[in-house]
Amino acid sequence: MNDIAVRVEDLGKRYRIGTAPERYKTLRDTIIAGARAPIERLRRGSSGMKKAAGTDLIWALRNITFEVPRGKVFGIVGRNGAGKSTLLKILSRVTEPTEGSAEIHGRVGSLLEVGTGFHPELTGRENIYLNGAILGMKRLEIERKFDEIVAFSEVEQFIDTPVKRYSSGMYLRLAFAVAAHLEPEILVVDEVLAVGDAEFQRKCMGKMSDVAQAGRTVLFVSHNMSAVLRLTEETLVLDKGRLVYRAPTMQAVDFYMASGFTGAGERLWTPGEIPAEAAPFTPQALRLRDARGQVSETLRSTEPIHVEVEYHLSQAITGLRVGIYLLTMRGEYVFTSFDTDDLQQFEQMGIRQPGTYISRCIIPANTLNEGRYFLAVNASAFRVKRYFWDDHALAFTVDATGAPGKQWPEPRMGPMRPALDWKVERL
Amino acid sequence: MATDQLSKSPPEVLYLRPTHGLAALNLRDLWVYRELVLFFTWRDILVRYKQTVLGAAWAVIQPVIQMVVFTFIFSRVAGSSPEGVPYPIFNYTALLPWGLFSKALNDAGRSLVTNRNMITKIYFPRLTIPVSSVLAGLVDFGIASLVYIVIILYYSFAPGSTYRFVIGPALLALPLFLILALVATLGVSLWFSAMNVIYRDVGHILPFLTQIWFFVTPIVYSSSEVSNKWQILYALNPLTGVVEGFRWSLLGTHSLPWQLILVSAGAAVVILITGLIYFRNMERTFADEI
Repeated sequence: MNDIAVRVEDLGKRYRIGTAPERYKTLRDTIIAGARAPIERLRRGSSGMKKAAGTDLIWALRNITFEVPRGKVFGIVGRNGAGKSTLLKILSRVTEPTEGSAEIHGRVGSLLEVGTGFHPELTGRENIYLNGAILGMKRLEIERKFDEIVAFSEVEQFIDTPVKRYSSGMYLRLAFAVAAHLEPEILVVDEVLAVGDAEFQRKCMGKMSDVAQAGRTVLFVSHNMSAVLRLTEETLVLDKGRLVYRAPTMQAVDFYMASGFTGAGERLWTPGEIPAEAAPFTPQALRLRDARGQVSETLRSTEPIHVEVEYHLSQAITGLRVGIYLLTMRGEYVFTSFDTDDLQQFEQMGIRQPGTYISRCIIPANTLNEGRYFLAVNASAFRVKRYFWDDHALAFTVDATGAPGKQWPEPRMGPMRPALDWKVERL
Repeated sequence: MATDQLSKSPPEVLYLRPTHGLAALNLRDLWVYRELVLFFTWRDILVRYKQTVLGAAWAVIQPVIQMVVFTFIFSRVAGSSPEGVPYPIFNYTALLPWGLFSKALNDAGRSLVTNRNMITKIYFPRLTIPVSSVLAGLVDFGIASLVYIVIILYYSFAPGSTYRFVIGPALLALPLFLILALVATLGVSLWFSAMNVIYRDVGHILPFLTQIWFFVTPIVYSSSEVSNKWQILYALNPLTGVVEGFRWSLLGTHSLPWQLILVSAGAAVVILITGLIYFRNMERTFADEI
C-alpha cells in the first residue's frame, strides 16, 4: 500500500478572462455589459466552449507537480492571485483541471469558506443538517455528532432560531463547527482563520491540530504565517500560478517572505500586478526609511520610521485617500492611517489633480514592538470606490535594541512597545 | 461514513483529469448523494413558505384560484361539461400535473444559479440541485391532490349534480402517469437549468415559455379538439400525454388515447436522456461559468 495522499502532476488550469466571477459596479457598466453580452455570448457559444482568442486566456495555474504523503500537514502560501485557491478548487473537485492530473487517495473535505450553503431562513439546527449533508456527511453521522457540533459552536440557546438573526460571530462559529466535525481523510482548508475573533481563531487552530494529530492529511492555505508555521511541516510557495519553492515550512516561509518584494524596505509595482479597476490610480512604490533617510528592511523601534507611498493619477479623483494598514505576522491589524485623516488636509485635498504624488508619514519612535510586520496599502474614496488594495505590500522587521525594558531579555507581549512615562511614588 | 472509510484501507483513489468528449452519465454519484437530494428538497419546502402569513395554505390557494379563473373564462369555450364532466373537475384534473410541471420548471431552471455560492466552493453532484427542485414540487402536487379529492366529493354529493366519481382499474395506472410527468419535468428542467448557467436569458424566457406551453397542452380544452392530422405532432409535447393520461385514469370518460400517450412518453424519455447528457457535459464548467 502506498502512503501518498495527494499526487499532482503537471497540473494546469486556464481561465478565460471575463469568466472569473466579476461584479458589475455601476449601472453604466451593467448597461454596457448588458448590451455587449448577447454578441459576446453568441461568439463564445459558437466557438464551442473551447479556446477563444489567445489573449482572452490566462493560466491561473501551470506545471504544478507535487506529492503529499499521508498524514502530513501541508502548507500552501502565495500572494493574492498566485493560484492557491484554484489549486484547492481542483483538488476538492469543484472545478476541472485544464491539463495534467491529480490523484486523491481518500475522501476530501473542504473548508473553503465557512457558511457556504447556510440558509438564512433556516434555524441553526436545520442548517447543521443541511450544511453537513452538503459537505458530504450522512444523516446518521450528523445525528451522532450533533451535540458535539452544538457544543463547539456555543450557540445552544439559539439553536432553534433562524440563523439570519445570529450575530456574525455566532454564524461563523456554527458554520465552522459543522465543517470541523467532518472527518475526511484529506482536509483542505482555505483562509478560514481570516475571520472571527482571537478566541474563535484559537479554537479553530486547536481543532485543526487535532485533525492533524489524528493522522489525517491537511492542506492548509493561509496568509497567516504564524498559523502556517505552527501547523504545517512542509510548505509550497506558489507565485503567479507556478510552484516556485517547496521545503520544510521554516525555510519555505522564509523564502516566501524574502521573495516577491522588489527590494528590501521597498516595494515597486509592475504593471501586471495592478488590476484594471485601479485606474486612474497607479501605485508606484512603497518605501520605508530609517531616521537617516536610508531605505531599509530592518528598522529600529527607538527611531521614527518614515513611510512613503508614491503613486500616479492619470485623472483627478474626488475624495481620494491613500493610506496604510499595519499588520502583524499573524495578520492582526495594528493600525490604519490615511493621508487625509487630518481635517485641514482633508478639506484642502477634496479633489486630487492628475500627477505623481508621494504621501509621507512618520511612525513615531517607540511605537512598535520587535518582530515582523506587514504594510498594506489602500487607495480609496470613502463609500465610492476602492481603487487599489494590496494587503501584503511590504514586510519589514523591527529591531528593539535599546527599547524600554530591554534590560530583561524576554519577549514582550503585543505589537506595541511604547515608552510610557512611569512615575513611582512611595506612599 | 467517514470513520468506516478511515478504517478501510487503502481508500478509494480519485483521478482528476481534464475530460474530453462526452461525459459519462455516472448516475451512481447521484445515488451516493441521495440523502443530499432529500436535504435540498426539504430545504426548498421549508424555506418556501417561511415568513408568509398564510404559510403552506398557498399550496392550496394557488391551484384553486387558477381553477376558478379558468372555469370562469374557458368553460364557455370548451362547453360547460366536456366529456360529460363538470368543467372545474375537467380543468383541475389537468392542472394537477401541469402545476407540478410549471412550478418545478421555474424553480429548477433557476436552481443552479440560485445556489451558485455552493457550486463555486464545494463539490457535490450538481444533478442533486435540479432533481431536488423537481421533487419539492411533489409536495405541492400532494396538497393539490387533496384539494382535488375535496372537489370530487363536492360534485359527487352536491344535490342536483349528475357527476359520480368512478373508482375503476384505470386509477391503478395513475402512478405511471405521475412518473411520466416527473420524467418530462426533470428532462426539461435539466436542459433549462444547465443553459441558465451560461445564458441567463433563460430566466427571462421561462415565464412566457411556460405560458405558451400552457396553451399547447390540453388543459383548458380537450386534446380531441385538435384535428386528427396534427395529433402526432401535438403529442410530441410530453405534457399532452401526461394530461390525457391523468384524465383517462381519473375521469374514465373516454378510451385510453394510447397512441398519443406513447408518443408523449417517447418524447419525455428522449428529453430526459438528452437533458442528462447536456447537463453532464455542461457540469464541468459550471463552477467557472456560473
